[in-house]
Amino acid sequence: MSIIEVKKLTKNFKDFRAVKGITFSVEEGEIFGFLGPNGAGKSTTINILSTLITASGGSAKINGFDVAMETDEVRKSIGLVFQDPSLDDRLTAWENLIFHARLYGLSKKEYLPRVKAVLELVDLTAKKDSLVKSFSGGMKRRLEIARGLTHYPRVLFLDEPTLGLDPQTRFNIWNYILKLRQENKMTIFMTTHYMQEAEYCDRIAIIDKGKIIVIDSPANLKKQFGKETIEDVFLKLTGRKIREEEASTKEQFRNQLMAHRRR
Amino acid sequence: MQFIRAIVTIWEREVIRYGRDRARLISTFFQPIMFLVIFGSGLRNPLSAGGLGVDYLKFMYPGIIAMNVMGIAFFSSISTVWDREFGFLKEILVAPVPRSTIVIGKALGATTIASVQALVLLILAPFIKVSIDPLTVFHLFLFMLLLSFAISAMSLVIASIMKTMESFGVLMQLFIFPMFFLSGAFFPLNTAPHWMQLISRINPLTYGVDSMRQILLARQTDPAALAEITLQPIYLNVFSLAIFATIMIFISILAFRKKD
Repeated sequence: MSIIEVKKLTKNFKDFRAVKGITFSVEEGEIFGFLGPNGAGKSTTINILSTLITASGGSAKINGFDVAMETDEVRKSIGLVFQDPSLDDRLTAWENLIFHARLYGLSKKEYLPRVKAVLELVDLTAKKDSLVKSFSGGMKRRLEIARGLTHYPRVLFLDEPTLGLDPQTRFNIWNYILKLRQENKMTIFMTTHYMQEAEYCDRIAIIDKGKIIVIDSPANLKKQFGKETIEDVFLKLTGRKIREEEASTKEQFRNQLMAHRRR
Repeated sequence: MQFIRAIVTIWEREVIRYGRDRARLISTFFQPIMFLVIFGSGLRNPLSAGGLGVDYLKFMYPGIIAMNVMGIAFFSSISTVWDREFGFLKEILVAPVPRSTIVIGKALGATTIASVQALVLLILAPFIKVSIDPLTVFHLFLFMLLLSFAISAMSLVIASIMKTMESFGVLMQLFIFPMFFLSGAFFPLNTAPHWMQLISRINPLTYGVDSMRQILLARQTDPAALAEITLQPIYLNVFSLAIFATIMIFISILAFRKKD
């Protein structure tokens, strides 16, 4: 049985179809990537799989549970790191993690060692009693990853995990992700529009305008289409560039704006 | 039990956040004082001849406390809209807890904040020459809990409909101010025009003001004079507020269950 099974999933919003009947499955322990430009339907798919919104058609199962019917079981099975920050910045790092652990039904005996361990994993032990407000973007992202891991999810969803971060922090976060997979045999489902990041995935699905164009390992894709990079594969398949630089600066600007408004 | 634990967890976060917000702690104390000083001193003399039966400051004081309870409770649960804008609501919504625990936890958080903060206003009592004893304070506090729970529940319904903070100004003008002014805090509703009395009956704050006035002034006002400015017995006010709160909690649970 696959850990994620998605069949003919669709999602219509008022005036447009964000996801147009996608089918795919993810095996346990895989790093599976959704690659596509902004607005391709990546976040919408994650929102459906994580029970935040309901699909208009088709079905999706995670860990054997239906995302529309068995929401609590699905919620227990997954951890999420959202594209936009979702920490409470008036709480400390520690408080954010405890809040999470308790909502996920962990007892104090269970969560204390885990919270300490995840903080250690993302190198934030020294900062555990600081308010999240004072954290840099990279630290916040690391804390979010730590939080998503606290309840030992079977599947970790990472929606653009390194968006708007500098290359050094991006590299570090990828180190954490790879370490995690090795230690916990966790399945990782991620979206990205950074081509280099797609290379870390075992398999990627290239998604554009709500449809999956192709699913395969990065190496196979390059071989199959006779291209050097995933970027070129994408260009060949969709006839356009993913325009990573432009998109990322735009996102960065937006994140800064959000951070500014928060103050 | 996980149900209770989830409620406590959500409640605790609300309380911690409030405790860290010094500016809000202080500013919520200013508005009621401003009302008391300006309206109280300004209208006291003109109204003294008008046959109100009690000193205007004394008349207004319980109403101001009720308004303060409402204001704080309202703003505390409207913070849910901020949670939505800044993403934290997602963290709560993907957690494996019943939506009812989210609603109840948030409402209880706002209830705690509003009731405790409003208690502080009782230190003004000696200046207004209202004498209070521990039993009065206790009764008052129980009522503050009920009123703020009802208001929090109402504001959660609004927060679930309102997606951004931008419509907030409109909300203040169209909703909060009329509720303040039509609550009987500033003038007795018994002698108000009929249409105004009707509207005030659907205003939960009316029941809060009416009860707090009876609780606070019972010991120092002539019963006949107090009856003149009283709407209905306290138990009826409790009943009305409890029904209002139940309906509002129910609606907000439904609203939180709804997904796009």
